[in-house]
Amino acid sequence: MAPLTERGMRRRSLAALVAMLALPRRVHAQPTTNPAPGVDARTINTSQGALQSILKGAAMRRGRVRLELPSIGENGHSVPMTVRVDSPMSEADYVRRIDLVSEKNPVPLMASFFLGPHMGRAEVESRVRLNGTQRVTALAQLSDGSFWFDAADIVVNESACLDGG
Amino acid sequence: MTARIEVQREARRGDPVEVRIVIQHPMETGFRYDSLGRPTPRNVIHRFECRYGGVEVFRASMGAGIAANPYLRFFVRAERSGDIECRWVDQENASGYASAQVTVNG
Repeated sequence: MAPLTERGMRRRSLAALVAMLALPRRVHAQPTTNPAPGVDARTINTSQGALQSILKGAAMRRGRVRLELPSIGENGHSVPMTVRVDSPMSEADYVRRIDLVSEKNPVPLMASFFLGPHMGRAEVESRVRLNGTQRVTALAQLSDGSFWFDAADIVVNESACLDGG
Repeated sequence: MTARIEVQREARRGDPVEVRIVIQHPMETGFRYDSLGRPTPRNVIHRFECRYGGVEVFRASMGAGIAANPYLRFFVRAERSGDIECRWVDQENASGYASAQVTVNG
C-alpha cells in the first residue's frame, strides 16, 4: 500500500466524495415502470407483460377485431398494418382503445390508439417496425370495458432494429 | 416537421371521412449506433392527436415500433363543416401541426 501522502489523502477523499454522490443515483436507477397489480415485474418487457399491464386481470376474447398484416414482410422496417373493430361507434357502443403488441420487438407495446364515438368507423392503418418473424396482437377495449383481440403471424425476411437500420 | 394531410373536401353528414397523414420524422429507436459506436438517443413522435371542430376525436401514443415517417389513416364522422387539426410532439419536444378543411352537406 502506498504511504499516505497529502496527494493520496486528497485522492481518497475525492473518491469518497464521488462515491457519496454516486450512491443515491444508484438508488434512483431502480426500474421506474411499475407493472399493474397482479403482473409479474419480470414479464413487463414481454408481449405477455405488455398485454397484462393493459388487461389488469380482465379476460380478453378473440373476435370483433381484425388485424391485417402481410403474411410475409420483405422488410421489417416498414410493414403495413390495418386494424378494424366491429363496432357501431355510437355514443353508447364504441371502441375506447386499440393496442398493438409485438412478440419480438425490444419494446413490445408498439402503439396505443385512443378512439371515440366521433370517429364513425373503428379502423386505423399505419406502418410498423418488426424485429423478426413473429406474432402480432391487436387488443381492443370497447366502451363497456370488454377486451377483444386478434393476432396475426408474419414472416419478416429482414428485421428492423439491426445496426444501420 | 414536414407533413402531408389528405382529407376528402366534401362529405355527407354522418358519413365517415377518411383522414390520411404522413409526417416526416426518423422515429429514432434508440437501438442504433453511429459510426463511432455511440448510441443514437431514442426520439419518436410519442403523442399524436386529432381534433375536429375543436373536439379531440383520435389520439395515438406511439413508440419505436412505428416505422420512420409515421403514416396514419383513420376516420372522423362528418358532423359539421370545420377543420380537422392534427398535432404531434416528439421526445425532443419538437411539435408539428397540419390541418384540413371539410365541408359537410345535408
